[in-house]
Amino acid sequence: MTDLTKLTAAELAGTIASGDVSAEEVTRAHLDRISAVDGKVHAFLHVDADGALAAARAVDAKRAKKEQLGPLAGVPIAVKDVLTTRGVPTTAGSKILEGWRPPYDSTVVERLRDAGTVILGKTNMDEFAMGSSTEYSAYGPTNNPWDLGRIPGGSGGGSAAAVAAYEAPLAIGTDTGGSIRQPGAVTGTVGAKPTYGGTSRYGLIAFSSSLDTPGPCARTVLDAALLHEVMAGHDWRDSTSIPQPVPPVVEAARRGMSGDLTGVKLGLVTEFDAGDGAEPGVMAAFHEALAALTKLGAEIVEVSAPHFQYALPAYYLIAPSECSSNLARFDGVRFGLRVGDDGNRSLEEVMSLTREAGFGPEVKRRIMLGTYALSSGYYDAYYGQAQKVRTLITQDFNQAFEQVDVLVSPTTPFVAFPFGSRTSDPYQMYLADLFTIPTNLYGGPGISVPCGLSDGLPVGFQIMAPTMADDRMYRVAAALESAVGTLTPPSLEG
Amino acid sequence: MTTTTLPTYDEAIAGFEPVIGLETHVELGTNTKMFCGCPTDFGGEPNTRVCPVCLGLPGSLPVANKAAIEATIRIGLALNCSIATWCRFARKNYFYPDMPKNFQISQYDEPLCVDGYLDVEVNGETVRIGIERVHLEEDTGKTLHVGGATGRIHGATESLVDYNRAGIPLVEIVTKPVPGIGALAPEVARAYVTELREVIRGLGVSDVRMEEGSLRCDVNTSLNRPGDEWGTRTETKNVNSLRSVERAVRTEIIRQASVLEAGGRIVQETRHFSEETGDTRPGRSKETATDYRYFPEPDLVPLAPDPAWVAELKAALPEPPRERRKRIQESWGLSDLDMQSVVNAGAVELIEETVAAGATAAAARKWWLGELARRANEAGIDLSAVGATPAQVAELQTLVDGGKLNDKLARVVLEGVVAGEGSPTAVMEARGLAVVSDTGALTAAVDEAIAANPDVAAKIRDGKVAAAGALVGAVMKTTKGQADAKAVRELILERLGAS
Repeated sequence: MTDLTKLTAAELAGTIASGDVSAEEVTRAHLDRISAVDGKVHAFLHVDADGALAAARAVDAKRAKKEQLGPLAGVPIAVKDVLTTRGVPTTAGSKILEGWRPPYDSTVVERLRDAGTVILGKTNMDEFAMGSSTEYSAYGPTNNPWDLGRIPGGSGGGSAAAVAAYEAPLAIGTDTGGSIRQPGAVTGTVGAKPTYGGTSRYGLIAFSSSLDTPGPCARTVLDAALLHEVMAGHDWRDSTSIPQPVPPVVEAARRGMSGDLTGVKLGLVTEFDAGDGAEPGVMAAFHEALAALTKLGAEIVEVSAPHFQYALPAYYLIAPSECSSNLARFDGVRFGLRVGDDGNRSLEEVMSLTREAGFGPEVKRRIMLGTYALSSGYYDAYYGQAQKVRTLITQDFNQAFEQVDVLVSPTTPFVAFPFGSRTSDPYQMYLADLFTIPTNLYGGPGISVPCGLSDGLPVGFQIMAPTMADDRMYRVAAALESAVGTLTPPSLEG
Repeated sequence: MTTTTLPTYDEAIAGFEPVIGLETHVELGTNTKMFCGCPTDFGGEPNTRVCPVCLGLPGSLPVANKAAIEATIRIGLALNCSIATWCRFARKNYFYPDMPKNFQISQYDEPLCVDGYLDVEVNGETVRIGIERVHLEEDTGKTLHVGGATGRIHGATESLVDYNRAGIPLVEIVTKPVPGIGALAPEVARAYVTELREVIRGLGVSDVRMEEGSLRCDVNTSLNRPGDEWGTRTETKNVNSLRSVERAVRTEIIRQASVLEAGGRIVQETRHFSEETGDTRPGRSKETATDYRYFPEPDLVPLAPDPAWVAELKAALPEPPRERRKRIQESWGLSDLDMQSVVNAGAVELIEETVAAGATAAAARKWWLGELARRANEAGIDLSAVGATPAQVAELQTLVDGGKLNDKLARVVLEGVVAGEGSPTAVMEARGLAVVSDTGALTAAVDEAIAANPDVAAKIRDGKVAAAGALVGAVMKTTKGQADAKAVRELILERLGAS
């Protein structure tokens, strides 16, 4: 019998729609897989078996009544624990939200439910999406299915690992500086960050409001595109949501799968290609992929993006500044953890003790950084200056896209690193997002697609497109996938 | 603390020039809150008019209320402001439990409306109050401190928060500093808030009730010696009535003058006004709340009001209250003083509607400022809530003019109207209060009075017509007041051959 967990989302949807297999069987297969391997991987913080089976049965009932099913009906999915799920625990990887059950669904989750996808549970992440390894999760790290002694990337390491370990064919991530793409790269999976505003942030526990973008995680480009279309689109509850129609990403992925990129211009950012900070094995795999793409008809054009070098420092002013304000609401007054409320302490003391106990070290570091950057007298020098850099980076992108269709780079400078190897120096951790952050500051879409191995570990290839031209990157990504194939991690059994 | 005898206001102001400034918060009467769909009605069981957005739950996002933006622009236009073509909301960050998100969505360096003015009249003189800015923000919740002696957070055993008010749209109107008004400063402050209230009420965007907190006022005051630079200002909060606005400025001028005269210096601080004592007391030190770390609200898109839309709003503004009052004063033929008393009583609209319903301005004014104002004062309610409508007052006056009621009877009828017994005609009929105009019955009553008072009758016959008053009183008594006194008098004189 087919191992249902090894099928793609597109295949599962097809087989459920045809009646060859029920949604419930598919769900049970994935729940069994989670039981079997998640002890080793720790991709999930919460598995909602009852909710998942109920959703699966609802799809089966609809099918029995010959009602119209959505393109992903019955397909299991894992959701990053930063998106609210009504009545289901949502922690954002933090102790401060332990036990909180939101009274409402995020828009993305609502759309997943409406589409008939089956939510298996909530995935592990760096606390409040701050980190590149899941080592900052308050609930312990997720282990990379390729090597359990290595990080799965972050912040969305749980979602990427769940997909890589066949615990779910699809997952939702959120990308603020690379939190979908970098985990995708180091787990050998596909991760896409849509155009900012292309997917709703309503119900996404905010880290950095002007950067946060929910997006799809999958094992194939087509699956990512299918999920992208289900989750994207205008939402009146998010004022920054874009009212225009969702770019035709599924159509673009199918077109790319034909393997023809004739006439497509790929921009190679010269500043990135200098290779500073990128491992030789990563650069080697990246250039092999470039060669493969040229064989498909693509043209490589070198472009300059002089301000990309300031992206990382600008990001580490903007994101912490916004987070220092966004995370102020976690004070023990209305929800979540409360510490020290013994009747003798003042409100301020209780707030302070709650935040002291509830937040981990990286979150505290960024809150302090952001509080400082926004403080009176420093605002212009830090936050204000970073916003100017952001404008210049946007100009770099706009000028580059006058010459080329998409920009390409390695997704992250290094393959999955061993646990503990970058936690002592925050800057070494921040470098993981060196190539992904510019896209977030610009607001355009980016995708990471596997392009090979370096020392037996996956390397990701990043494609960046103009805002609301998400379809372009899917086309190139699908073409690359057709040329180099998907990656299969070692077996976790035994 | 040593008790010092404070100077009188006149003594205090003699050596100083005051500069005042006012910050006024107005809760808009929109159907829904500023950034969510929750209702805005006053009151309600605590924490029932809330949702994930106004509770600031993780993941929730604000969506700006267009009606509130429109109302703010209209206020700005009515205050002669320029309307921004592009502006943003900003986050004001501070920790306090009545702030669900621990930041308030407000506006900082990019307000919706800037640089306007409002002319007010004090003692017949026009004072132009500069308007620095008008901006839009969200209200906070309300904290109730239980168990302490003062109702303040200090000493309280429990603090309860009600978030029903959290997120109600709030417009902040900030004046420019107002110098050069000397001893009139307290009256200018009061006149400004009074006029502002009229302007906003006229726009129909808020009920501007100070007692319910839908209009709240902070008063800044500083003193300087003539010729010196402006002094250090204090900010007085908790000023909850028009009278308190005036008192707060007066009290603060006296306090600051006594400090300065004694060689002390004024500390920049927030002070709380006490309605009971009229004193101001030091409140939260500014020290702990100086840095709000403002930055543009990233969850909202910039506001860019279409200039054509703003022009439409401007064209559709109601007549400014001051111009309207001038027009009305002329048409009613009132003196400045009389007009002022009408305005102070909040009777302009009521009289206008009564006139529209057919009464003369003089009659309408007489009822609203006389009998009805007295009742409203006694009950401690607004004149508009006294229980009589302009149409009813006009009807009452028609009955008087038609001779069906005399003045005294009309008052009794009005009492019935106010008590909810129906229209003046209905009350008159139900209570049997119409003037006795049946000449036969009246003549009998007059003859009876003449017979009962032969001495008085003799005097009248002798030409002392002034004595007729006593007989009129007797007739009114037997008719239980239901006679027209003038007619009675004429009849008495006629019967006694003295006419």
